[in-house]
Amino acid sequence: MKGATPPAAPPREACASCDVYRAANLKKLGVNLDQWDYVVALAGNPNVGKSTVFNALTGLRQHTGNWPGKTVTRSEGGFEFGGRRYKLVDLPGTYSLLSTSPDEEIARNFVLFGQPDVTVIVVDATRLERNLNLTLQVLEITDRVVVCLNLLDEAHRHGITVDERQLARDLGVPVVPTAARYSRGLPELLQAIADVASGKVRCRPRRLEHEPAPLRAALGELVERLRAIYPDLPSPRWVAMRLLAGDERIREALRAGELETLRPAASPREPAESPLAPVS
Amino acid sequence: MAMSLNPASPREPAQIESLMRTAQRLRQQLDVDVHELAVEAIYAEAARIAGRSVSRPDRAARPTFDRTVDRLVTSRLWGFPLMIALFAVMLWLTISGSNLPSSLLSALLVEQLHPWLRDGATALGFPWWLRGVLVDGMYLATAWVVSVMLPPMAIFFPLFTLLEDFGYLPRVAFNLDNLFRRAGAHGKQAMSMMMGFGCNAAGVVATRIIDSPRERLLAILTNNFALCNGRWPTQFLIATLFVGSLVPAHLAGLISAAAVTGVALLGVLLTFAVSWVLTRTALQGEVSTFSLELPPYRPPRFWQTLYTSLIDRTLFVLWRAVVFALPAGAVIWLLANIPVGSLSLAEQAVQWLNPVGFLLGLNGVILLAYIIAIPANEIVIPTVLMLTVLVTGSTGMGQGAGVMFELENPGEVKSLLAAGGWTTLTGINLMLFSLLHNPCSTTIYTIYKETSSARWTAVAALLPLALGVAVTFSVATIWRWWD
Repeated sequence: MKGATPPAAPPREACASCDVYRAANLKKLGVNLDQWDYVVALAGNPNVGKSTVFNALTGLRQHTGNWPGKTVTRSEGGFEFGGRRYKLVDLPGTYSLLSTSPDEEIARNFVLFGQPDVTVIVVDATRLERNLNLTLQVLEITDRVVVCLNLLDEAHRHGITVDERQLARDLGVPVVPTAARYSRGLPELLQAIADVASGKVRCRPRRLEHEPAPLRAALGELVERLRAIYPDLPSPRWVAMRLLAGDERIREALRAGELETLRPAASPREPAESPLAPVS
Repeated sequence: MAMSLNPASPREPAQIESLMRTAQRLRQQLDVDVHELAVEAIYAEAARIAGRSVSRPDRAARPTFDRTVDRLVTSRLWGFPLMIALFAVMLWLTISGSNLPSSLLSALLVEQLHPWLRDGATALGFPWWLRGVLVDGMYLATAWVVSVMLPPMAIFFPLFTLLEDFGYLPRVAFNLDNLFRRAGAHGKQAMSMMMGFGCNAAGVVATRIIDSPRERLLAILTNNFALCNGRWPTQFLIATLFVGSLVPAHLAGLISAAAVTGVALLGVLLTFAVSWVLTRTALQGEVSTFSLELPPYRPPRFWQTLYTSLIDRTLFVLWRAVVFALPAGAVIWLLANIPVGSLSLAEQAVQWLNPVGFLLGLNGVILLAYIIAIPANEIVIPTVLMLTVLVTGSTGMGQGAGVMFELENPGEVKSLLAAGGWTTLTGINLMLFSLLHNPCSTTIYTIYKETSSARWTAVAALLPLALGVAVTFSVATIWRWWD
């Protein structure tokens, strides 16, 4: 990763590690956001509490509901934390980035072409394995990820414990345990977002090292071609895989030059329309 | 191999095309399913990582609260009766709970405040027509919207939202899935239908969770059969007045609730029936499979749910109703006071529509109200009431055309409507027509945006209307034949 900017005026160490300080440091901006330093996307499986996290951070009151598929459009809000302004984008829940229903495509396109500075993947601690499927797919696309291990209260109720340190080691990105319904763990989540956004924490995400053997040669050739054309592309292997799978949307994106907009990671963004193509 | 000398410059189209060709060639050379291989690799990795960090209790599964509830609400035997009973109880609470606040609001806004405003306008020297448009038209229509709609919505929506927050809706989808599949539709259509019970425009947007365009279109075309916010109050009021009054007072609430439940169920039934017909005619195709997650039950956060449902739904809908009621009130007053020949415009229109209305077991007033209320179903009842006062103006209920006074309780609304020639048949057919007519203009516009097809938008608007005409006509014919 290159071009990381130094973190903004770091608070005194003793303060920075204190919940009270951090919580007081959060300013919920609702929808009143015309300039921002970082764009943060909220992704995750359906019904894991993305909108609850969104509401808690922005102070907005997006309708939340206990059923998968409640959010079908992306909604945006803002918050200020540690002197930086963040635009938070709540994406529709999706089990995978590989399928094609309109709501899943909104999520995928934003992560891929919207190039958020940080993608927060909210995962359900009680169904970790299934949630990791999406997490691993997102990690293929971008390495600027924070995993929000949510619904810990429910996991606790079912006697399930998750070793978040082990998980963070295995995934190579920060993992923050939360119970967003009860606002637990949100200060730590904010800190992790800030650290990844500013480049203070560098993610070394787990990529599937062992590609399926029959594909190895083909992938290798395509990745080389992609690297030659797009030296800055953060995830040539993923794009190559999608091309091999015959993904029409990726072909369109290449033809329309959408990959041109992929910028080097970690440069603070000027306020601008995100290059996300509208989805009909 | 084509190398890019200057990576910052836009890429040559030729370069991209050559890349595509390479991809295409490699793809054809592979005799494996790339998609499947990729998915398998991801799943294996996810399982491995999860296995390293998750620990679960080793004890054998024992019945939990969730599983016990699920066994009951998704049972083959009890699932449907419980579902219907639950909705009936909600509707009953709504109907019996909103009577008192409705009459209080109406007493305050219509009985007290309206004459006061009228006198005020006179004292300030407003010309009669300005006073008419402002006070007798716009204010009165709005006052009626508020007193008729606010109480039932303030009870119904929080109840519905609590149920949603608890996690019951996916169970409904689970129960209905089989029926949807047999009708040739997508099981997730249950979700968009459920959203439609709040607002059809929202329901149409919610169909985005359906992957297949064919099934999504089915869900869009049938969403209007889910009674929306704007139509619930009509159902509540008319059921109370015309169905509840047929039985002794202590049963009235129960029977009214049963009638509204019946109309809502008819809508669900028609959703299946219309989907069934469409999948065998215009929209043939395979049913796609999907997995539906039954989320754990979560204790609803009572106060927050109350707050969001009041802000998001109750006030939102009320605001919309008021916004549309203001101009509609003015239009009604003007229609009622611009004479064409010996009669006002409104009377002309009502007389002209009356024969059609009679055939459908309705009347000209109702049909005119539905034309005026195309922007919002919410204003149907106030419009009907104001127009009825107008055509029965000679009975002395009002003061001046299009002005309504002293109707502080539902009983007087009933006597007003009876004076307008309403019978039990009119009430029942109004309930049916309220279920089956064109969607409001917001929903029509949303359908157009989601389908980008004028043809399907027209089908979505006209299909329920045609059904409504057919159903009310049949009911009226049979009813009269029976008598």
